[in-house]
Amino acid sequence: MMLKLENVHTFYGQIEALKGVSLDVHPGEIVTLIGANGAGKSTLLMTICGSPHASKGAVLFEGQDITRKPTHVIMQCGLALVPEGRRIFPGLTVQENLQMGGFFADKARLDTDLERVFALFPRLKERRNQRGGTLSGGEQQMLAIGRGLMSRPNLLLLDEPSLGLAPIIIAQIFQILKEIREEGVTIFLVEQNAHRALQLADRGYVLENGRIVLADTGANLLANDQVRKAYLGG
Amino acid sequence: MSGFSLLEFIQQIINGLTLGSIYALIAIGYTMVYGIIGMINFAHGEIYMIGAYVGLLVITALGLFGVGNISAILLVTLAISILVTGSYGWTVERLAYRPLRGSPRLVPLISAIGVSIFLQNYVQLGQGARDVSMQPVLTGGWRFGPADGFQVYLSYMQVLIAVVTVAFMTGLTLFIARSRMGRACRACSEDRAMANLLGIDTDRVIALTFVLGATLAAVAGVLVSMYYGLVNPFIGFIAGLKAFTAAVLGGIGSIPGAMLGGVVLGLAESFASAYLQTEYKDVVAFALLILVLLVRPTGLLGRPDVEKV
Ligand SMILES: Nc1ncnc2c1ncn2[C@@H]1O[C@H](COP(=O)(O)OP(=O)(O)OP(=O)(O)O)[C@@H](O)[C@H]1O
Ligand SMILES: [Mg+2]
Repeated sequence: MMLKLENVHTFYGQIEALKGVSLDVHPGEIVTLIGANGAGKSTLLMTICGSPHASKGAVLFEGQDITRKPTHVIMQCGLALVPEGRRIFPGLTVQENLQMGGFFADKARLDTDLERVFALFPRLKERRNQRGGTLSGGEQQMLAIGRGLMSRPNLLLLDEPSLGLAPIIIAQIFQILKEIREEGVTIFLVEQNAHRALQLADRGYVLENGRIVLADTGANLLANDQVRKAYLGG
Repeated sequence: MSGFSLLEFIQQIINGLTLGSIYALIAIGYTMVYGIIGMINFAHGEIYMIGAYVGLLVITALGLFGVGNISAILLVTLAISILVTGSYGWTVERLAYRPLRGSPRLVPLISAIGVSIFLQNYVQLGQGARDVSMQPVLTGGWRFGPADGFQVYLSYMQVLIAVVTVAFMTGLTLFIARSRMGRACRACSEDRAMANLLGIDTDRVIALTFVLGATLAAVAGVLVSMYYGLVNPFIGFIAGLKAFTAAVLGGIGSIPGAMLGGVVLGLAESFASAYLQTEYKDVVAFALLILVLLVRPTGLLGRPDVEKV
């Protein structure tokens, strides 16, 4: 098992944002999590990263219990996050942003991985010496994904990578996610763009109000009446 | 004689740059710590004071051993003062600030004031609440100008201060711009939580920031003790306040800003004491601060986006 959540509860002070979530992700899969605004999708991803920590339940990554580990330790275990809102470092250049993603790699590996990311995103190569903050939204999203890949993760967590982007850019990004999976990276994708996410994913979960209410294959969820009404606009 | 001759003007520039170098070195510590944790480290002036004490004590000890070579004195003194002062910087962060991470901003600020008072009294207990002085190790200089009029005086010590300051600032700038840890420092000051999500132990980066700030404060301390040959436990207070002013003037959070702010402040004070009265020097420093903040609240080189929560 790549990732396993068992009855995870997460609180922000008094607010219980996750109310007993269980799910699993197998190696090589693309699994998506869909849900409305405020359902707790970002909280779920952040809980996997230990920021905040789950107050009850367990998070297992490749069989290892990471529930109580500090964030920086978890993030060195072989998973990477492409966070909501991209959060690239605006004052650092494109290349420096990528180097931050590969912080623990030696020089040789860093160079190899930079080239690998540039091959995936040629636009980033053209702009490698430009400050991150000067990129367009789509380019920033590519940079955030590239930065995530720089640590050679086994599992890539993505939080709404399509948010605020033009349809043509979204199509590109989803195409790249496919390519990344073909390179052997397992993907856990949070999306509001349910249609595309479910088309891409092997399996999906639906989160409502801090609870998983549906779990099925991507195709079945696409065909599901409840899902169509709530997330696919009828 | 006119009070505004060119030579006198040049003299004030020399004096101002000397003073400004010291302010700038100290200011960098304020600005870097603020940049990364959004806190004013009010104990930083005392860290500088410790650097000056260690400098004076080491130079005196070297004198007792008969070491007279100025470069040997400078290197050994800088090395020891940086080591000792850096350890103080690291310890202060570890004991007084790190346990308070995540608490409301006022809490570490109060802790900082506590540390500042503690260090002042701690040095008073160890060294006495009086001036400690030594023989100057580097005397002499150059004079320029007419034999019968105003002569510009540039002391060797002033040149030494400029050279050492430029060397350390260049070193720091290169470290921040080029090295892996320097990059991590910049990333952390832009988005610390995100750096943490990339696997970086941000506590270690913060500790490094304190040590770097203390290192430059130690350099300033050594230079000041060599320049004036005099220290006491209270020199950290006013120097800290001035350096903090310089950091805000330049744009707090910005390293080039701290450098520029220090130099501007040094020049302003030097001209104020020459053309107004010596007593006006502090007034001018703070008047300048208020003026800049009114016209440009982010400071001379500050970025408006460095808004800390
Ligand atoms: N830092 C926080 N402090 C307090 N409450 C929070 C915090 N972050 C999120 N919440 C609350 O937790 C709940 C889940 O938020 P979360 O951001 O996980 O939702 P989401 O599904 O990612 O929403 P969106 O689609 O808008 O990104 C919301 O009710 C939100 O208000
Ligand atoms: Mg979200």
